[in-house]
Amino acid sequence: MSNAELGSGEKQNLRDWLRTETPTSRRHARIASLYQGWLTLKANKLAMIGLFILVFLVLVAIFAPLLAPADPFEQDLANRLQPLWGEGHLLGTDSLGRDILSRLIYGARITLYIVTLVAMIAPIVGLFVGTVAGYAGGWVDTILMRVTDIFLAFPRLVLALAFVAALGAGIENAVIAISLTAWPPYARIARAETLTIRGSDYISAVKLQGAGPLRIIVKHIWPLCMSSIIVRVTLDMAGIILAAAGLGFLGMGAQPPSPEWGAMISEGRKFLLDYWWVATVPGLAIFTVSLGFNLLGDGLRDVLDPKDAGDA
Amino acid sequence: MSGLGISHLDVWFGSGHDRVDAVKDVSFRVDSGASFGLVGESGSGKSTILRALTGLVPNWSGEMIVAGEKLARKRTAQFYKKVQMVFQDPYASLHPRHTVDQVLSETLYLHGFDAIDQRIVKLLDDVGLGPSFRFRYPHQLSGGQRQRVAIARALAPEPEILLLDEPTSALDVSVQAEILNLLVDLRMARKLTYVMVSHDLAVVGHMCERIAVMQLGEIVEIMSVADMRAMKTSHPYTKHLLESSLGYKRVENIA
Repeated sequence: MSNAELGSGEKQNLRDWLRTETPTSRRHARIASLYQGWLTLKANKLAMIGLFILVFLVLVAIFAPLLAPADPFEQDLANRLQPLWGEGHLLGTDSLGRDILSRLIYGARITLYIVTLVAMIAPIVGLFVGTVAGYAGGWVDTILMRVTDIFLAFPRLVLALAFVAALGAGIENAVIAISLTAWPPYARIARAETLTIRGSDYISAVKLQGAGPLRIIVKHIWPLCMSSIIVRVTLDMAGIILAAAGLGFLGMGAQPPSPEWGAMISEGRKFLLDYWWVATVPGLAIFTVSLGFNLLGDGLRDVLDPKDAGDA
Repeated sequence: MSGLGISHLDVWFGSGHDRVDAVKDVSFRVDSGASFGLVGESGSGKSTILRALTGLVPNWSGEMIVAGEKLARKRTAQFYKKVQMVFQDPYASLHPRHTVDQVLSETLYLHGFDAIDQRIVKLLDDVGLGPSFRFRYPHQLSGGQRQRVAIARALAPEPEILLLDEPTSALDVSVQAEILNLLVDLRMARKLTYVMVSHDLAVVGHMCERIAVMQLGEIVEIMSVADMRAMKTSHPYTKHLLESSLGYKRVENIA
């Protein structure tokens, strides 16, 4: 039925179908609610800028071989440290004569790789630990939260360094190390949310239907924690990119000749005064992507906040 | 023997110096099919008795017998099939991210029903909501509609006993009457036993046959609604409560 409505092809019909107050199926209700969220997000100009930056990053990463004007690893020592807007090298070349623009484009893949991997590990571990601790309470809570405190007590980069030293240098291990150090704040957020949710009537109501703790945590508490977790992820991404860059800088992350943006900065640092663009251009890239994540995160907070959904 | 009996129930929160005795030595019986009201001011322990019955408070002592079975520390799935509760605030008792359909289908699934789709349509119809409400989120519903959904959820497992924790106090007056009439009709149709908590004597008078008056965690008097209407009380607190509920009238008389 819904497909037939969609198939009518008229824009106005589709919009009515999406904005309806009386959805006709489970799928319809979900799509309509997503559409409402999209409208809210769309109204936020800054968030749309952030989203645009990130979509652009993804596209660049996907089509890197098509977009890059040169091989990012090809050295040309005769043409080293070329200036901006140079012939054949739009953003100049680095100390080994490699095209900076191409390295930047290929580096987008690494940045995205870091971001996805961390986003898949840290928030999920944190969410799980935090909700279990918050819901169970008692000694489970005490043990889990003290472990979280121990992780929090270490400076992130130092702990990540220790992990990388144990696991071996390389971008994958750096990412795992960053994830392992990034989960405690998520656990704290999730626990705080859980504490406010677990005493509410709707949790009592589902307990009265005989639901077990696992079902309550996964189906009833997680959906409500998700919004603050997602927002926190997007706000954290900037820090994660920088941490990965920091590890690269210390020689524990991406290894040369990998075009990781942080590693590019640390290479360019040696010539910062005379050839400023070598370090500045990847720095600007990190700045732009971080800004994109922050702007989107800010907008998502407005869309996802369940307190707003209550009085919409 | 069905119905519900509570004897010498104590409920407390905290321990040591922080201990608060919310319910003290409460005993009453509700016959199967009867409607029993618990009245008293805020904080007198009315709602706590319902929460103790449903296993939502951990610390209690005494004896609670529901449908011939003595309640243990942990409630069984069978218990929740017999006893259900409607919460006070319909704005707080529905999950903000679940549609009506999700709420009801999960409830039915947890109680092991089949033909869930047909049952949801039937339940919505029973509480006076059409099928168009099925896929709405709580924020797309009014307070009265939400409370109807909460009632549908409580009726889903086909319970014998329905605990009503001030089911209308969060609603405005015109909607209150609708919900109360719905509850009266449902009780007739399904032969339900009600235990209703309220601070509104008019509501209890409309819904119940017998009432218990509570003060500071204790039952001070159990009386019939007919006696309550006739102001035949033996306890001074009850008299005070009844008189204060007639407060507007007295001013009128003076004028």
